[in-house]
Amino acid sequence: MDFLNAIVALANFVIIPATVYGSQLALGALGVTLIYGILRFSNFAHGDTMAFGTMVTILITWWFQSMGINFGILPTALLALPFGIAITSLFLLGTDRVVYKFYREKKSEPVIFVIVSLGVMFMMNGIVRFIIGTGDQRFADGERFIISTREFKAMTGLQEGLAIRFTQGITVVTAIIVVAALFYFLNRTRTGKSMRAFSDNEDLALLSGINPERVVMVTWIIVAGLATIAGVLYGLDKTFKPFTYFQLLLPIFASAIVGGLGNPLGAIAGGFVIAFSEVSVTYAFKKVLGYLLPESLEPDSLVQLLSTDYKFAVSFVILIIVLLVKPTGLFKGKSV
Amino acid sequence: MIVVEDLHKHFGGFHAVDGASLSIAEGSITGLIGPNGAGKTTLFNVIAGVLPPTSGRVTMKGEDITGLPPHELFDKGLLRTFQIAHEFSSMTVRENLMMVPGGQTGETLWNTWFHRARIREEEATLLKRADEVLEFLTIDHLKDEKAGNLSGGQKKLLELGRTMMVDAKIVFLDEVGAGVNRTLLNTIGDAIIRLNKERGYTFVVIEHDMDFIDRLCDPVICMAEGKVLAEGTLAEIKANEHVIEAYLGTGLKNKTVGASA
Repeated sequence: MDFLNAIVALANFVIIPATVYGSQLALGALGVTLIYGILRFSNFAHGDTMAFGTMVTILITWWFQSMGINFGILPTALLALPFGIAITSLFLLGTDRVVYKFYREKKSEPVIFVIVSLGVMFMMNGIVRFIIGTGDQRFADGERFIISTREFKAMTGLQEGLAIRFTQGITVVTAIIVVAALFYFLNRTRTGKSMRAFSDNEDLALLSGINPERVVMVTWIIVAGLATIAGVLYGLDKTFKPFTYFQLLLPIFASAIVGGLGNPLGAIAGGFVIAFSEVSVTYAFKKVLGYLLPESLEPDSLVQLLSTDYKFAVSFVILIIVLLVKPTGLFKGKSV
Repeated sequence: MIVVEDLHKHFGGFHAVDGASLSIAEGSITGLIGPNGAGKTTLFNVIAGVLPPTSGRVTMKGEDITGLPPHELFDKGLLRTFQIAHEFSSMTVRENLMMVPGGQTGETLWNTWFHRARIREEEATLLKRADEVLEFLTIDHLKDEKAGNLSGGQKKLLELGRTMMVDAKIVFLDEVGAGVNRTLLNTIGDAIIRLNKERGYTFVVIEHDMDFIDRLCDPVICMAEGKVLAEGTLAEIKANEHVIEAYLGTGLKNKTVGASA
């Protein structure tokens, strides 16, 4: 019984939150990795792209809520999501037209693009804060549970409870659908293949009649979709706060680099590596160990390696280790 | 077909192409020879739109094509291959070929999801064509192999195969025979002649192998130091004093060019 309790506690506080967080990071890292693979620069504006997409979706969600439109049992935000993606796509295409295109035509070095994206990041940062403010925003339609702690306890008779929030379930399911669609798209469709071809060998792609501007356009649209979905899922799961999204840039880049920049499969794996490390390093294992160990060995301390305040340090350390030991990442990506 | 007028391409102070003028007749297989560093590949790159020219003009059938981007030249039927074979290494040989024709229906996001039947039809045609090309080039047993795993010679064949996926008008082959064994080279030669005769492709071939040039090309253009040195049949070129000088330096005029190249 103690053993089961330990497992349930572990699932409740580590496995489920990390899986959910991992899905969110994976979607974010996919966007970063696609831009790196195809447009060949690290897009520092990605966190704020997520914030922008989420903000648009929140505004539409509030509007829907005020008109009494709802999506049955699912969060209204999911209904607003397609509109959010569409507007974010237009926003990114506009940014590309106004900013990046100029440097692309000049065939600027990647490092210039990185600095340019930093500028774009500050702009987006300002726009989002100007429109929605810097505070916390909630847009989920109240907390709903697939299974709540009380139900779980009543059902199993265990001491420990397990809660799965509705938004957590939605996050994982959405992530699976999106990733499956993306991989189908990249591997099976002509547009996806031309993106891969462009990423693989730009010169040859150009000389095979692939229109580079179209590839760039499609990439931005897909990135807008991924960023908005990742942002909205994160916001539904927690809350929306522009600064948090800016901070997410670090774990997202860590995920993409750990997996191998430019490699979509790596981005997903990287997302989960980072999420599981972050959650398990900052979780206090006292309770779990308490169930598992005999009473005499039970720890007095919290058995928490790092305070949650330092959770970003985890991504940072992993990032450094990967860059030192295996710069191409777990899956063969492009060297950084 | 292609007329190049006083083309210059400078990299800083280095004049890679230094006032080259030449014209390529429709339906010909023109050889382009010259010592290393003569500017042959740079000339190709400028014509194919990879590099912008410093000055000069390129016309195709009277139409100015100077500095057009590669994919637009591709649409006009101007194709090239690379000196060092390029391929999409993570895709199969067949997929590599099927990438080729630009402007396929499936190339826009909208069509990808909403015109599936048309795409399927198109892909079926492409698949058939790709398989024909592979058979023609005698590498059909490699069709599901990742292109990155091919040997150097096979990659060269794949390069040639790529030009066969569309109705090209003019194809620039950059050392298509480099690093390829004799048997394979003959296969490539046969393919070039057949494409020229049956489909009316015009070829411009950079090559160092004089037997290969001799077999395929008429006329031959010789370049050196970014300029066109001579033009004529291979025999004429070999007899040309300037050419011998460019290849061998002065003092060795009694040797033939072919033996050293």
